[in-house]
Amino acid sequence: MSNQTSTRSLSCCITQVLLQLESQTDGWTPTFLMRFMLLFSRQGKLRLQKWYTATAERDKKKMVRELMQIVLARKPKMCSFLEWRDLKIVYKRYASLYFCCAIEEQDNELITLEVIHRFVELLDKYFGSVCELDIIFNFEKAYFILDEFLMGGEIQDTSKKSVLKAIEQADLLQEEDESPRSVLEEMGLA
Amino acid sequence: MPAVSKGDGMRGLAVFISDIRNCKSKEAEIKRINKELANIRSKFKGDKALDGYSKKKYVCKLLFIFLLGHDIDFGHMEAVNLLSSNKYTEKQIGYLFISVLVNSNSDLIRLINNAIKNDLASRNPTFMNLALHCIANVGSREMAEAFASEVPRILVAGDTMDSVKQSAALCLLRLYRSSPDLVPMGDWTARVVHLLNDQHLGVVTAATSLITTLAQKNPDDFKTSVSLAVARLSRIVSSASIDLQDYTYYFVAAPWLSVKLLRLLQCYPPPEDAALRGRLTECLETILNKAQEPPKSKKVQHSNAKNAVLFEAISLIIHHDSEPTLLVRACNQLGQFLQHRETNLRYLALESMCTLASSEFSHEAVKTHIETVINALKTERDVSVRQRAVDLLYAMCDRSNAKQIVAEMLSYLENADYSIREEIVLKVAILAEKYAVDYTWYVDTILNLIRIAGDYVSEEVWYRVIQIVINRDDVQGYAAKTVFEALQAPACHENLVKVGGYILGEFGNLIAGDPRSSPLVQFNLLHSKFHLCSVPTRALLLSAYIKFINLFPEVKGTIQDVLRSDSQLRNADVELQQRAVEYLRLSCVASTDILATVLEEMPPFPERESSILAKLKKKKGPGHLPDINDSRRNVNGNAEPSEKNEGSTHPFTDLLNLNSTPSTGSSLLVDVFSDTSTPASTDVSEENFSRWSNTVSLVLAKKSRRLLTVSIFLTKNCVLVNSRFVCKNNGVLYENHLLQIGLRSEYRQNLGRIYVFYGNKTSAQFLNFSSSVSSPDTLKLNVHCKAVDPILEGGAQIQQILNIECVSDFMDEPVLNIQFRHGGTLQNIAVKLPVMLNKFFQPTEMTSQDFFQRWKQLGAPQQEVQKIFKAKHPMDKDVTRAKIIGFGVALLDGVDPNSENFVGAGIIHTKSTQVGCLLRLEPNTQAQMYRLTLRTSRDTVSVRLCDLLSEQF
Repeated sequence: MSNQTSTRSLSCCITQVLLQLESQTDGWTPTFLMRFMLLFSRQGKLRLQKWYTATAERDKKKMVRELMQIVLARKPKMCSFLEWRDLKIVYKRYASLYFCCAIEEQDNELITLEVIHRFVELLDKYFGSVCELDIIFNFEKAYFILDEFLMGGEIQDTSKKSVLKAIEQADLLQEEDESPRSVLEEMGLA
Repeated sequence: MPAVSKGDGMRGLAVFISDIRNCKSKEAEIKRINKELANIRSKFKGDKALDGYSKKKYVCKLLFIFLLGHDIDFGHMEAVNLLSSNKYTEKQIGYLFISVLVNSNSDLIRLINNAIKNDLASRNPTFMNLALHCIANVGSREMAEAFASEVPRILVAGDTMDSVKQSAALCLLRLYRSSPDLVPMGDWTARVVHLLNDQHLGVVTAATSLITTLAQKNPDDFKTSVSLAVARLSRIVSSASIDLQDYTYYFVAAPWLSVKLLRLLQCYPPPEDAALRGRLTECLETILNKAQEPPKSKKVQHSNAKNAVLFEAISLIIHHDSEPTLLVRACNQLGQFLQHRETNLRYLALESMCTLASSEFSHEAVKTHIETVINALKTERDVSVRQRAVDLLYAMCDRSNAKQIVAEMLSYLENADYSIREEIVLKVAILAEKYAVDYTWYVDTILNLIRIAGDYVSEEVWYRVIQIVINRDDVQGYAAKTVFEALQAPACHENLVKVGGYILGEFGNLIAGDPRSSPLVQFNLLHSKFHLCSVPTRALLLSAYIKFINLFPEVKGTIQDVLRSDSQLRNADVELQQRAVEYLRLSCVASTDILATVLEEMPPFPERESSILAKLKKKKGPGHLPDINDSRRNVNGNAEPSEKNEGSTHPFTDLLNLNSTPSTGSSLLVDVFSDTSTPASTDVSEENFSRWSNTVSLVLAKKSRRLLTVSIFLTKNCVLVNSRFVCKNNGVLYENHLLQIGLRSEYRQNLGRIYVFYGNKTSAQFLNFSSSVSSPDTLKLNVHCKAVDPILEGGAQIQQILNIECVSDFMDEPVLNIQFRHGGTLQNIAVKLPVMLNKFFQPTEMTSQDFFQRWKQLGAPQQEVQKIFKAKHPMDKDVTRAKIIGFGVALLDGVDPNSENFVGAGIIHTKSTQVGCLLRLEPNTQAQMYRLTLRTSRDTVSVRLCDLLSEQF
């Protein structure tokens, strides 16, 4: 600040708050690391969880509970970002499901929103207009799709085609005697 | 059922999931799950080898159960088996299970690593990807140890497929993040940088993430990435939106890659090469220009992606902080967003502007938006956005707008959310002091703060206002007048009473000329609050009263009456009572001169720059967290006597030292409040406390080490479980396949404390966990136990404290009853607690003469008990010594004429009596026999002790 040259003492009441503020200006840690992603329903049922840093099971449960409570209490028109602990939460609701990502202080919130959206698009393409039930009954597929898209919290490929191709290849590798899937052909890279 | 059910379609799984969904209650769900678990367990244990499909199905079910939040403690082996399947889906499920439920079982890790190695070597890209995903998902140190050198090789090998390269790059990134020391830098680093030139944008995206992280730690090794990144970025921003085909997202060219490249560039200063720098500036300008273009799509995804790149570009501009035009353009762009209809954009604009406000080039530009920001504070409906507005107002504040901003913050404070009140209070306090031109404004502001949000005003804030008032002659009269007026309010915050008491005590005389605030009025006003205040504030008020006696001799009588009243002199609080007594005495015996010297006005605090401010100014380096202790110390450190008083010790300090606990330094402010619970003094006492408890735990550790040596002896020689604890206090009391119970006990005189540790050995929760102690005879032995948490998590340990009081000598040990629910069945465990009479021994050293004199005194036949018994353990002299000491008596050397014999003495402490005890143990090594003789003043005690001790040898 240009006029921070005041020499008078400022000895009182400085807390972390201020230094946090200050560090926003210079504490650059240019990473794009997602800490975790959660999918939960409006009723507070966890549908998918992916943790990108080592977290104890007990902490996970606590964090999930706490976050669900906060996010579910928010009103529709509120902004999609909120500060929580030392993290930033980016969330968006699609129909009955909340998609919720935790990123670091310096990370790009808007691009994270679009990470969520791209993931939803991928699910949508794969399941054909995805709904919560698809994710409940095919939870393993949802995990596979997420793994193809994000790895270690980083986006692996942003191309919808590449990701879906990888998933389809995997499906094609299944038992040969399975009948060919019309839906596959439908989206078939056309 | 889902619209698409691809591939395998595990019917059993779908049925199971349906069942779970149909469960009406949590109990029903648990029942269904337990049934399924039993089924799977039996299938896995069955004689018939399962085919791959069934294995996959059951592993998948287990995974589902785990994801529902239940513990899974089997199936790992079956999942590992799936890894080596040739069928893709089986392998895939195996890997998924391993990624989600890693087990640190070393055998398993070896098998997993083997499977991964095979898949990495398979040259089948799909299998390689699965393996890389697994490494990244687990990301443990073991994984890093096994694969940290292999993954870079795959990454840069010429024949690696693009998709595998992407996975390898991110996998390596994950390993580097968790174990940087294990990832060797080498030739591959140069080749990784060149991946930025790769044809495949997916590869470039993954590589950029990797390089950014590596460059943070090793900027020099990756310097060449800057020019490549700029070139790449320039090609992206200048491309038409369709050029990048599948990498165009809602008409925005490769937004993810752009953001990542801009992040990578934030690892470095602006390029020195002029051409490169020009090219980068051009890119940034293009991005800023694009923000002004009409949107190519109405979809929010389009604007989000576009703005994600824009915000990242602004971050880079702020990071470089070198191009004034770019900074101002960025600021104007953000200014537009401040009024955008998208809440998200308003939030981000406020946030981003905070950092712009700290650049000298854009500070003025940010200030022009003050009205908009103030408006946001008033109208935003989302508290997180309002919070950002507060931050920005704080950041843009300087001398020119401080009054306006402080006033707005104060008025917002009246209705502010509780969650951010304290923060606002601090910010207002800092701004008010920092930009105060005249101190009357400062005093008004702080008093307003206390009035509006007294509960959120921390001690530091009101200390500071007192420091400033004491140091500035020009504001003292005003301050006295203002607090006097503020105190008129029928209900005022206790913090105001503190400030008021202090300031009137010092400067009440400055307003005493006005009959409306005559000394008596002032005193009555303060005293009217007295009874509503907490002890620390009352103590402060008493100090103010004694100061009044000096300032206004005319109210001396009134004040003395108050001090003399029973409610003061006989106050239950020691501090208040002592202050009242001493102040009263002082006012009676001291002459006016002495009073005037003793109760002289406080000397000014030395002006010096706070170390925190220095820290703030330096503001270099991330993670520069404030040292709270430092800042606190500074608050008090300010309060050293100033030069003019040096040489003569300050009387006030002395006076207060008389009646306060020794102060930590010569800090006056703290002295005055030394017994009020200031954060500073709390801090100190906490520190003392922890230092104390450290010593205690050190002592305990030493003690337990000693006990450990004893217990090593004992475990070697004493197998009898029941009597194992007679001579030791710590150890494992009980263990089965579910639960382990450990003990640590301490005894002192007739009191004992046992720390019982319950360890859950399973991975499942114990529910309804409870434990109680039943004492066979509560008249003789009292055991009080504190309740424990009803839930004991898998693998966790909880502690319970038992307090024991020995009322009189007793025979039987209390019983510890434990009850909990594990996997649906109720478990009941009852164990005898090793609380024996000898635990209440206090060893007594005595001379040979004393010993024999007492031995004779205890000569009545019923007082002596003797037992001759065969040695159960090898007759080792040292072991025997250790046992006798462990038993609790003092081992007396040189008392018995036969040096082979052992003699001991001690006193059993019970609440009702004390029982002296003498013992003698005579070993006969040839016959492998002992003779134990005990004499105590009570026959029952003799018998009991003899029984206990004779079992030990």
